[in-house]
Amino acid sequence: MTAAGSKAGPRDEHRRRPLIAARGIGVAGRGAPILEKVDIEIAAGEIVTLVGPNGAGKTTLARILLGLDKPDLGVVERADAIVVGYVPQRLGIDAVLPLTVDRFLTLARRADRRTVDAALDEVGARELGRRALHELSGGELQRTLLARALLRKPDLLILDEPVQGVDFSGQFELYELIARIRDERGCGMLLISHDLHLVMAATDRVVCLNRHICCAGHPEDVSRDPAYVALFGPRAARDLAVYHHEHDHRHDLHGGVVPIAADHRHEHDHRHDHDQHDRRRV
Amino acid sequence: MLDDFIVRALLAGMGVAIVGGPLGCFIVWRRMAYFGDSLAHAGLLGIALGLTLQIGVNVGILAVCVALALVLAMLERQRRLATDTLLGILSHASLSIGLVTISLLATVRVDVMAYLFGDILAVVPADLWWIYGGGAVVLAALAYLWRPLLAMTVHADLAQAEGINVAAVRLAFMLLIALVIAIAMKIVGVALITSLLIIPAATARRFSRTPEQMAIGASLLGCIAVGAGMLGSLTWDTPSGPSIVVAATLLFAIALAAGEVADRTRRPR
Repeated sequence: MTAAGSKAGPRDEHRRRPLIAARGIGVAGRGAPILEKVDIEIAAGEIVTLVGPNGAGKTTLARILLGLDKPDLGVVERADAIVVGYVPQRLGIDAVLPLTVDRFLTLARRADRRTVDAALDEVGARELGRRALHELSGGELQRTLLARALLRKPDLLILDEPVQGVDFSGQFELYELIARIRDERGCGMLLISHDLHLVMAATDRVVCLNRHICCAGHPEDVSRDPAYVALFGPRAARDLAVYHHEHDHRHDLHGGVVPIAADHRHEHDHRHDHDQHDRRRV
Repeated sequence: MLDDFIVRALLAGMGVAIVGGPLGCFIVWRRMAYFGDSLAHAGLLGIALGLTLQIGVNVGILAVCVALALVLAMLERQRRLATDTLLGILSHASLSIGLVTISLLATVRVDVMAYLFGDILAVVPADLWWIYGGGAVVLAALAYLWRPLLAMTVHADLAQAEGINVAAVRLAFMLLIALVIAIAMKIVGVALITSLLIIPAATARRFSRTPEQMAIGASLLGCIAVGAGMLGSLTWDTPSGPSIVVAATLLFAIALAAGEVADRTRRPR
């Protein structure tokens, strides 16, 4: 499913311009800052996974990138006229509001039957259209949210904990789906995850955030690691990767720690990209 | 043959019920049931102001309700206190300030009970103009805001990320509630207006598969409650406003019981 070697060519061209770039983002908190000197950019066709513990400021950063909140310091630059799709973390659907999936998908903008069905098809949820929103399982809800974001024809997708509340096998399917959407649409993606060590294998770049950017790099290619395959099965090996990372600083040294990874990020990027393509062709 | 005052009472009650249906659905969906109460309490302060400043009771109520909506929208920006806490403070503060002010107006006697429970039998033709004219304005505005309001009711951040001006729509919605309560309070009373907002909407949920069905269903159920309540009031010589609330509550209880029965028959053990 994820074999997309033939599409790698055009995607590489897209990759050069960042869709969105945040520079020097700072958000003041009570006492310690919530975010400090955060730089992050996402290019078309690129999947960036933002990891960090709870309270690290991941959602705050996502809200700033979405334009929901303004940072105290720093700027967010968006490429001209890009459409950003958002898959929020929690959707507290109350049973008191009668709403079908079809209706939910067209809440923000009208769309005809065929467009809605096509979006549901794309996320493998064609049969959900007439179901009530509050009766959906975690995985079905995530697919519905994804379909709503896709209806906007996004250039960039921001997904906040997209596999939260989804059972283990459902997580692989969702990761597979997310990777396929990137391959087919060539949009940039920012995935937010609280899992520090397990990220989606199709991730091009992992950014570890804990109020500042601790490090950034590429996830290891674990599909060749027999121990990992034995542990999680071949399917997990294809869709998940273990992200080992060492921090070059401790967290009690808050002020002025500049991650050295920032300088290396571009090199990582290129090298990693080749890895990815090699692996896909195998 | 019905007397004129009974026809006017029916028309007034049903007018409020028709507007209250869709508006009440949003109040229930957005968990703002307490907001209507707070506005209604604050209305008392409006009456006091209207009498003190001699600007008219209607204007006074409207001014205070709008001010409360604005203050609440402003206070909601801070995230330390939840909305229901803020409403609790605003509601009781304005009620108490209103009562204190009224007691200080030595020259004017105000029947507070009349405002709390209203007297729907005393409706005059001019009141009907207020209800149907104001109601039409509110329904038109609600139809215009329907889609964005529904989107932000489901998920405010998602709606905003998709380009809806959430703060503006929320404020507009609060102002609509303020307008309805200001219009209806003097005519049908606080208890009746808040009941006609909440109870029919809660009743209609059982029979609805779409938001629109629920809104229209709430209006219809509200009208039925007004008719049944008036009938009961005339038959047993009970106070009209409370009788309507009792009728609405009975409808709710019947819907609840019917729903339980339907659920059991659909899933036999």
